[in-house]
Amino acid sequence: MRITQGTFSYLPDLTADEIGAQIQYAIDRGWAVGVEFTDDPHPRNVLWEMWGLPMFEISDASAAMHEVTACVQAWPDHYVRVSAYDASLGRQTTALSFIVNRPGDEPGFRLDRQEAGDRRIRYSLHAYAADQPSGQRYGHPNGQRR
Amino acid sequence: MLMRRRAGVQRDEGASMATAQAQDRWSAGVIPYAQMGYYDADYVPKDTDILAAFRFVPQPGVPAVEAGAAVAGESSTATWTVVWTDRLTAHQHYQAKCYRVDPVPGRDGEYIAYIAYDIDLFEEGSIPNLTSSIIGNVFGFKALRSLRLEDMRIPLHYVKTFRGPPHGIVMEREYLGKYGRPLLGATTKPKLGLSARNYGRVVYEALSGGLDFTKDDENINSQPFMRWRDRFLFAMDGVQRAVQRTGEIKGHYLNVTAASMEDMYERAEFARELGSIIVMVDLTVGYTALHSMSNWARANGVLLHLHRAGHGTYTRQKSHGVSFRVIAKWCRLIGVDHIHAGTVVGKLEGDPAMVRGYYDTLRESRIPQDPGHGIYFDQDWGSMPGTMPVASGGIHAGQMHQLLDYLGEDVILQFGGGTIGHPMGIAAGATANRVAVESMIKARNEGRDFVREGEQILAGAARHCPELQAAIDTWGDITFNYESTDTPDVTLTPTS
Repeated sequence: MRITQGTFSYLPDLTADEIGAQIQYAIDRGWAVGVEFTDDPHPRNVLWEMWGLPMFEISDASAAMHEVTACVQAWPDHYVRVSAYDASLGRQTTALSFIVNRPGDEPGFRLDRQEAGDRRIRYSLHAYAADQPSGQRYGHPNGQRR
Repeated sequence: MLMRRRAGVQRDEGASMATAQAQDRWSAGVIPYAQMGYYDADYVPKDTDILAAFRFVPQPGVPAVEAGAAVAGESSTATWTVVWTDRLTAHQHYQAKCYRVDPVPGRDGEYIAYIAYDIDLFEEGSIPNLTSSIIGNVFGFKALRSLRLEDMRIPLHYVKTFRGPPHGIVMEREYLGKYGRPLLGATTKPKLGLSARNYGRVVYEALSGGLDFTKDDENINSQPFMRWRDRFLFAMDGVQRAVQRTGEIKGHYLNVTAASMEDMYERAEFARELGSIIVMVDLTVGYTALHSMSNWARANGVLLHLHRAGHGTYTRQKSHGVSFRVIAKWCRLIGVDHIHAGTVVGKLEGDPAMVRGYYDTLRESRIPQDPGHGIYFDQDWGSMPGTMPVASGGIHAGQMHQLLDYLGEDVILQFGGGTIGHPMGIAAGATANRVAVESMIKARNEGRDFVREGEQILAGAARHCPELQAAIDTWGDITFNYESTDTPDVTLTPTS
């Protein structure tokens, strides 16, 4: 399957030029640009690993693209996302966030149902990837992509 | 004079006015409201005053200033005759002051009155009290042919006594983990008649196809064809299955509107127990119930959606009623996380300039006076979070560029018929809408003139998405073009 988290997940994967254009949009608005990665696809996994610190006051997209490329090269079988942060008063939150890399094979989720009384169900969502320890969830065990 | 003496009491009008002016303020009998202090052209509103703008047409023979004073009087301390008990109070402090009356250009006999109310007149944090005060009495006044509350200025001092939205726009997005694009929803259709299990099917299809939310309609509460508890159980199964399919957080607005507060709490508790991230209520439950539900929603971490059911009975006509921008202000104060606020291009009433005024009122922190958008006063909300506006009613994917242009990014676009009526099925309809919004946002961010190139952008996205192509083919030329019943008094005209 394909998790559809992030702003552009229903579109074909963005090319490097398209990623650069989105980063430039963020820079033009004074937003900080950050790169993050994870191998835990659960929708309530909010805090992905940070690839360095958010980049404040960069003047053009190529510096950020360099970091995006480096992160994807370091973690080819992780999800990598680019997030843009708006620190202005009244907002102070993420303004844009989209996935730029995915593991080769996304096994998806299992929905567990625990029957409670009175036809009630207690649901829990289990990511198949999480059956393996972090770092061993996708791709070939010795680090190569399948 | 507003009061006409019965025939048989010989009093010539001119003589009565002169006598009234010479009369002591406190002699028993009737004197003009304007002379009781309810009109004061020299009054400078205090920063702490609540201000109101009323549009009115006086009955023939009633001076506009006296009518404005009467509105001020009858929405504050006055009654129709002098009462000695006024002297037991600091009456000049408590009486509202009409400080300005302007004729409306191009609308014969119509005026706007500006009235200031001291903050001491109102209970802290109570919209029922605010509304009972401002609109509870004056609208039936015989001396007025028509009366409309156009706008209110709520001073920050008073804003701070209200809790505001249980979560607000920023918190909602952080809760959902969804940024940078409008959110998408759909109301299950048909409006009435589906049984619970089939209702759950519609929820599942629409959410798994790509929408963020689905929604009970305002009149889906607990009817013989589907009781609330059964609907909640099947709808939540649809939600959870869609979460499993997509890996995204999704919700269905479970309508907890009911006949009593106790019933509403029972339904809301059950929704929360089943893991719903959101519940909805209709405006018809009343402001007291909205306050209670708002408190509950914040205490329980559940988003609160408000459907503005019934508002059109009093918001739509320019001459009489209450403008929706005032309702929007009251609901943000109470508050709610979502409120329906108009689509401009859909099937329901909404002039573009007026809708822009409503959206700004709900979302922004400081809204400057702007007659072109129907904003009569500067409004400062301080740090109160915004309420997410919801656009719902007759919109479809083919309008995505117009929707983004008119309504912006912090909005929920709801396509009920536009999802469920898709020729390839509900999930396909949802996918079409999701691809349309993502591609339009992507194009906007890339710097394209998405308003002019909107159709090309959608056509380009449709090359990768047959669902979107089918939506464009089915609805591409549907528009709802009727003359609006409520337009601004002034419009901007370009000078070059």
